[in-house]
Amino acid sequence: MTLHLKKGSSRKSAYDLKNPLDELEETHTLAVLVDNEAGVLARVIGLFSGRGYNIDSLTVAETDAEGHRSRITIVTTGTPAVIEQIKAQLGLIIPVYRVNDLTVEGPSVEREMALLKVAGKGEKRVEAMRLADIFRANVVDSTLESFVFEITGAPEKIDAFTDLMRPLGLCDIARTGVAAMARGI
Amino acid sequence: MSREMTGAQIVVEALKEQGVDTIFGYPGGAVLPIYDAIFQQNDIKHILVRHEQGATHAAEGYARSTGKPGVVLVTSGPGATNVVTGMTDALMDSIPMIVLSGQVPTFMIGNDAFQEADTVGITRPCSKHNWLVKDTADLAETIHQAFHIATSGRPGPVLVDIPKDVQFASAPYKAKAKTSTARYQPQVKGDIEAITRAVEAFEQAERPIIYSGGGVINSGVASSQLLRELVTSSNSPITSTLMGLGAYPASGDNWLGMLGMHGTVEANLAMHGCDFMLCVGARFDDRITGRTDAFSPDSFKVHMDIDPSSINKIIRVDVPIIGDIGHILEDFLKVWKARGRKTKSAAIKKWWSQINEWQARNCLDFTNSDTIIKPQHALQRLEELTKNMDRYITTEVGQHQMWAAQYLNFDDPHRFMTSGGLGTMGYGLPASVGVQVAHPEALVINIAGDASFQMNMQEMATAIQFNLPVKQFILNNERLGMVRQWQQLLHGERYSQSWSESLPDFVKLAEAFGAKGILVSDPADLDEAIKEMLAYDGPVILDCVVEKHENCFPMIPSGKAHNEMILCDEETADAIDAAGKSRV
Ligand SMILES: Cc1ncc(C[n+]2csc(CCOP(=O)(O)OP(=O)(O)O)c2C)c(N)n1
Ligand SMILES: [Mg+2]
Repeated sequence: MTLHLKKGSSRKSAYDLKNPLDELEETHTLAVLVDNEAGVLARVIGLFSGRGYNIDSLTVAETDAEGHRSRITIVTTGTPAVIEQIKAQLGLIIPVYRVNDLTVEGPSVEREMALLKVAGKGEKRVEAMRLADIFRANVVDSTLESFVFEITGAPEKIDAFTDLMRPLGLCDIARTGVAAMARGI
Repeated sequence: MSREMTGAQIVVEALKEQGVDTIFGYPGGAVLPIYDAIFQQNDIKHILVRHEQGATHAAEGYARSTGKPGVVLVTSGPGATNVVTGMTDALMDSIPMIVLSGQVPTFMIGNDAFQEADTVGITRPCSKHNWLVKDTADLAETIHQAFHIATSGRPGPVLVDIPKDVQFASAPYKAKAKTSTARYQPQVKGDIEAITRAVEAFEQAERPIIYSGGGVINSGVASSQLLRELVTSSNSPITSTLMGLGAYPASGDNWLGMLGMHGTVEANLAMHGCDFMLCVGARFDDRITGRTDAFSPDSFKVHMDIDPSSINKIIRVDVPIIGDIGHILEDFLKVWKARGRKTKSAAIKKWWSQINEWQARNCLDFTNSDTIIKPQHALQRLEELTKNMDRYITTEVGQHQMWAAQYLNFDDPHRFMTSGGLGTMGYGLPASVGVQVAHPEALVINIAGDASFQMNMQEMATAIQFNLPVKQFILNNERLGMVRQWQQLLHGERYSQSWSESLPDFVKLAEAFGAKGILVSDPADLDEAIKEMLAYDGPVILDCVVEKHENCFPMIPSGKAHNEMILCDEETADAIDAAGKSRV
C-alpha cells in the first residue's frame, strides 16, 4: 500500500514565491576581503572547485600590508540561489573578513588591464597603431616588427580590442582579471 | 610573566588549559617530542588506538557523548592521511574535534622528506580550518584559536600541523586568556523580528510540525529542554533527523519517530501534509527531503540554524533565523508567551487525529519468526532489556544503523552516536571506545553490521588495553545488507559483491583479543545472550546471526517524495524509476 496525500500548494508555500526567472544564470562580481595568511587563496579556490561553482575571473593582491589584508575579486556565474550559496560559503571561511556583491550592492566600476603583443609590418602595423590610439592603449614595448600594447578598461572593452587585433598579428596576450569597486562612498 | 617552554611542552600546557583530560592518538617520528612531553605529566590521559582513523572516531564518540571537543594526536605522513575520513565525518556531522599532527621539520618541508605529506593541503576541504605552525612563538595561540573555532558557531574539526623543529624549539607560553577570539564570533542571537514573524505563523498553524536535528544537541542540553517545552505547550507533533534523536524523548507523547528515507510513515506524511514547518537545527539533507520539488508543498517554513549557508541551500524557507538554537528557542518561547501562547488548538487536535490514523498503520511492524532472529526483533529485545540503564548507543553504517534508529528509543540527547552525513562504516566500534572513555561506568553498546565491524575491528585491542567494557552487538546477516537491499530493489537482484564471504568466527575473534565472545542464532536464546553480554564485566562481541534477506522499511526511494514510501517487500516492484537509480 502506498499512502497518498493530496498534493497542493497554497499562497503560504515557499514554492509559490519562486520566480520563474530563478533558473537564469547571472554574472556577479564579488569582492572578498581576506587575511593574507598562508593557504587563503587555496581555500577560496578549493571552495569553488569542490562545490562546482564557476570562476570567470579572479584577481588577488595584498591591499593592506600592515593589516595583512588581501582583496580577492571574483567574477562568477550562477543562478541566484547558487550565487547566494557562494556568498554564504565564502563567509564560512575563517580568514574571510567580508564578502561584498558589487553587482547587487549598487553601481560599481570594473577595470581590467591587458598586455597584447602584435607582430606585423606595413599596413597592418599602421592599422594596429591607429586602433590602439582609438582605444587609448599605450605602447609599452616596440621593435621594428612588433608592439606590446597596454590597455585598461572594462572587460568588454578589452575583448573588443583583442578581437580587432587578432587579424592584425596578435600573437600573445596577458590579462589581469577584473578589479572592481563600488562607486561613491 | 609567561614561561619559556619547548613547543612540545606548549602543546601539553595548552591542552591542559583548554580542559582536555583525554587524547586519542598514535605516535611516530614527527611527534616524538610531544609524546615525550605527554610521558612526563599525569593530567592528560592518552588512549593509544590501533589505527589513526580509530582515534578520530573515538574522539567523535567522546565529543558527541559529552558535548566537549575530542582531541586527536597523530604523526606526519601516513598518520595524518589516516585522519581524513574521521575529519570528513566530523565536518559533515558538526562534531568539534582538534587534530594535532606532527610534520617534518620546517627546513625539510617541500623536499619529499620521509613521511612528509601536505597535511594542511589534504585536510583543507575536510576541516573547518587548519594551520601549519612554523614558529614556536605562535604555537600556543594557534592551539587556543583551534579550540575556539572547533567549538564555536557550527562545530567542526580543525587541524594544527606542527613541524618537529617547532616542537623542539622554545618560546614563551601564551595563555588562553591572552588569546583574542574576537576575529571569529558567529552570530548566536537570532534576529528578533524574524523570530516574531515565525511566532506569528506558528500561532496560525493548523497542521504544524517540528522537525529537529543535530543542531539542537550541539547547542547543549538546555536547548533540548526548551524544545521539549515548546512541543509540550503547543501540542505540536515532532519528528527528528538521525542526528537529532534524543533531543525530544522517544517516549514523549508528541513523538512521531524519525523522518526521512527510513523514517516512519507518520513522520513523513506529517512533513508532507503540514501547513507549518519549524526546522530546528537541521539542514534539509537529501536523506530527509526526498524529491525536493515535492517536499512539503503546502507549508510555511521556518528554519533555525547557526550556519547561514544552510539557509535556502536545498529548500527555500519563508523565515530563516540564524543563530544558536538555544538562544533562538528561548526568544521564540518568550515572544510566543508574551503574545499569549496562542495556538489553533482545535485544528491541531484534528491534525492529530489524522496523524493518529497514520500511526495506526504501525509502519515498523514486521513479520517475526521463531526459527530465525529478525534484526528488528533483536533490537526490540535489546531495548527492552536495557531501556532503564545508563546507556549509550553507537552504530556502524547500514541496515542495522537504520533499525537501531527505528527500534531503540532515545529519551535524552548525547546518547546516540552515529555517522549521519558521511555514513562511515567503521565508525561505531572506535566511537564506542571514545564514549566509554568519557563514561567509564555507563553501558556502551555498538550496534554493528558484520561488514562494518571489520573496518576498524583492530580497536577491540584498545578496548582491552584500557579496560573499556564496550559491547559489540553485531547483527550478522552475512551480507553488506544495505547494499544488498539496493541491489534487490534497483539492480534486478544482481548481488554484486554484497555478501560477506569468509567471515571470521566472531567468538574466536573476541577471544583472540581477550574479550568475551557470544554466538546466538536461535530466537529462543536471544534474551539469555543479551543478558550474558550485559552481565560480563569487559568487552564483548555478541554475534547475533539474523535473517539474511530482511529489508529495511519504510523506505522512500531516492528521488521520490515523502508520500511515495514503500512499506514492505510486496510494494517494491517497479517502485524505483530510472531517475531514482542514478541518485545515491
Ligand atoms: C567506508 C564505507 N564504505 C562503503 C560504504 C557503503 N555501504 C553502506 S552500507 C554498506 C553495507 C554495510 O554492511 P554491514 O555493516 O554488514 O551492515 P548491514 O547493512 O548488513 O546491516 C556499505 C558497503 C560505506 N557506507 N562506508
Ligand atoms: Mg551485514
